[in-house]
Amino acid sequence: MPMQFSFTDEQEAFRLSVRRFMEDKSPTTEVRKLMATPEGYDPAVWRQMSQELGLTGIHIPERYGGQGFGFIELCMVMEEMGRAVFCAPYFSNVLAATAILEAGTESQKQALLPALADGSRLATLATTEAPANWSAETTETTAEQNDSGFRLNGSKTLVVDGHTADLLIVLARSPGTSGAYGLSLFTVAGDSVSRRLLNSLDETRKLAQIEFDNTPAELLGELHGAGITMPRILDQAAVALASESVGGAQKMLDSALEYAQMRMQFGRPIGSFQAIKHKCADLLLEVELAKSTAYYAAAAVAENAQDLPAVASLAKACSCDTYMKAAQECLQIHGGIGFTWENDTHLYFKRAKSSQVFLGDPNYHRDQLVLRWEA
Amino acid sequence: MSESTSTTARETQIRAEVRAWLEDNWDPNLSLHEWRNRLIDSGWGCASWPEQWYGKGLSVGLGAVVDDEIRQFGAVSVAKAGVRMLAAATILEHGSDLHKEKFLRPLLTGEDTWCQLFSEPGSGSDLAGLTTRADFDGEHWVINGQKVWTTSAHHAQYGMLLARTNWDVPKHQGMTYFLIEMEQPGVEVRPLKQMNGHASFNEIFFTDAKIAPEFMVSTEGNGWKVAMTTLAHERRLADGIRSWARGEKGSGRVFDELRAEIATVMEPYKWYPQRAGRVDLLLERAKATGRINDPVVRQAIAEVLIKAKAAEWTGRRVKAAHALGRPPGPEGSLGKLAGSQVARLAAHAHTLIAGGEAMLAGDDGAMNGLISEILVSVPAESIAGGTDEIQRNIISERSLGMPKEARTDIDRPFRDVPRNTVS
Repeated sequence: MPMQFSFTDEQEAFRLSVRRFMEDKSPTTEVRKLMATPEGYDPAVWRQMSQELGLTGIHIPERYGGQGFGFIELCMVMEEMGRAVFCAPYFSNVLAATAILEAGTESQKQALLPALADGSRLATLATTEAPANWSAETTETTAEQNDSGFRLNGSKTLVVDGHTADLLIVLARSPGTSGAYGLSLFTVAGDSVSRRLLNSLDETRKLAQIEFDNTPAELLGELHGAGITMPRILDQAAVALASESVGGAQKMLDSALEYAQMRMQFGRPIGSFQAIKHKCADLLLEVELAKSTAYYAAAAVAENAQDLPAVASLAKACSCDTYMKAAQECLQIHGGIGFTWENDTHLYFKRAKSSQVFLGDPNYHRDQLVLRWEA
Repeated sequence: MSESTSTTARETQIRAEVRAWLEDNWDPNLSLHEWRNRLIDSGWGCASWPEQWYGKGLSVGLGAVVDDEIRQFGAVSVAKAGVRMLAAATILEHGSDLHKEKFLRPLLTGEDTWCQLFSEPGSGSDLAGLTTRADFDGEHWVINGQKVWTTSAHHAQYGMLLARTNWDVPKHQGMTYFLIEMEQPGVEVRPLKQMNGHASFNEIFFTDAKIAPEFMVSTEGNGWKVAMTTLAHERRLADGIRSWARGEKGSGRVFDELRAEIATVMEPYKWYPQRAGRVDLLLERAKATGRINDPVVRQAIAEVLIKAKAAEWTGRRVKAAHALGRPPGPEGSLGKLAGSQVARLAAHAHTLIAGGEAMLAGDDGAMNGLISEILVSVPAESIAGGTDEIQRNIISERSLGMPKEARTDIDRPFRDVPRNTVS
């Protein structure tokens, strides 16, 4: 959308079709069913979404089997999925595809991307090693080269959909290197590692711990190229997550408003009390501001803008904080019923909490924002 | 598509017409009033006004094109900013031919300055609760009461006055709109000193001030509706002030007089940038003082940048949607509230950057007192032009469709509504 600051009519129509699909396939009854399964998704819906709607390949160029749309359309999909707390290994696939697009050689793109674009293969990105550390530079997993290729040793955590992925994109460093130097990306077969599904606070987002023990790996792109490509990949990941978050935040505002109109106390709808009205007005402000940052950041990716690093951090910090606030206030406006398992608010509350810290908490991104501003 | 193409063609044609007229008529050595009278007579001064009243009946959009062409040519425009334009808009819409004849031209030449006499000490957010009274003595309307927050009243010739003429009907139905002469014995203007030391506003005391019956606007009891026209134009005021203040660098008599006019008009607004928080200074100050090395300061600055950029981009979204002819979304009503929050966050960040220097003001303060002026000006941002709380009411009711608060003041004669006692 931006830098024209508006979506085209075609984009708006596309958004509507994704929203209808989500409303149809991902009502919260379905979300609750899927989040309780270890796989966490419905293969039939995944196939339909990938093959009929082409959403898995939305930002992958047509020459690699994708739809050839841009990052803006991808973020619109993320926003609508966020609105529906959609359960599927979609974000993980986006992370992997983005990594391959940024880092892979031409032949690797041709070999790997078509199966991601049509959803026939599940993939994810494994970068994080310690829950409090989001910078690629602190990676300790090693990649040792011998005659037969690369072998990985180490472990990764908080890997989204890492337990079901057929293909893992793994960040590792050459032995003896440190900092941004010596980092490379590798592809690893999902069934060649030992992996464990973690208990996640947000059950709609499946997370895995992965151990590498002399695991065979293939280099993705250039050796020691990840010092350059990882920040770009993580910026795009942050923007996609920001987009998902503004979708969820809007849903929380809608839900709060609906309940405030309906709930009667003291002989009138609670939405007629200023205490509630002002909360909702503040929330509308927060949500609209957050949308503006997510939309601007999506355009910054699409246009390869120079200020992307700062803008990505800005959008991540703003959108994920807003989502958390919206979920909190929605729960508060619901009162006691909002704290029950039966009420849907907690599904969003937990996604918001998870997203707030995933890929770097708000303090980290605010700090990055200032350090990257005009840098 | 075809519409925008034809609009562009029309624009080009109008720009050419304006330019041709300016080439024949522009003369920087005229007096400001002489030049403006010439511009007014041509119809280009206020091209979006009706033809019988100094305009050419163009759309507002094309009117802006004409103004832009005059600016690009380097010529001086009519006195087209400030409170006077609220008066002009109100008179054009609701005034009699007598009002238009008497007031519009001297308003456009800059000879007459106007002020707006709405707010009162007893009615701030609740404007319709005003108690300044107008009583007809058989010959004149006689005004008694007090107004406040009146910009430029100390040099205004005329005021737009909203006063109560009937106390026995519900509050909105008992007000009448008048055009009052400020230079008369019953009107006393006193500057009102603010917490930041400036006195940009005035208090006005009316003691048996007089208005001839023909200077009532519209009809008796219809004042609220007329006042809504004035207020609808108030939002555009700030933009006009800013473009006016860009300052004119030309030479010639007309420019000398214009610069003097700008200095007078801008005087009350000189602290307004500080009121908004001066986000533009933050990074520069943090670097210059070394405070950027403090992670807590960086967090505070980031909070400001996030909110300020998000507000800026939201404004761009609103404009883009408007340009595409799409219906306005809820995001259009949020700018004022966002501005308040940006200002407060910015004041906090400026405080952290200044540290102990925030205890000093004037020559001893940071940036010669500019930073301290920010700190003691920001509180106005969430009050002036509608408090944050009123903004939230408007947003929740109009944008979000939430139910109105139950009211106890509109279902009975105003006489019976509890109100502040004005001493």
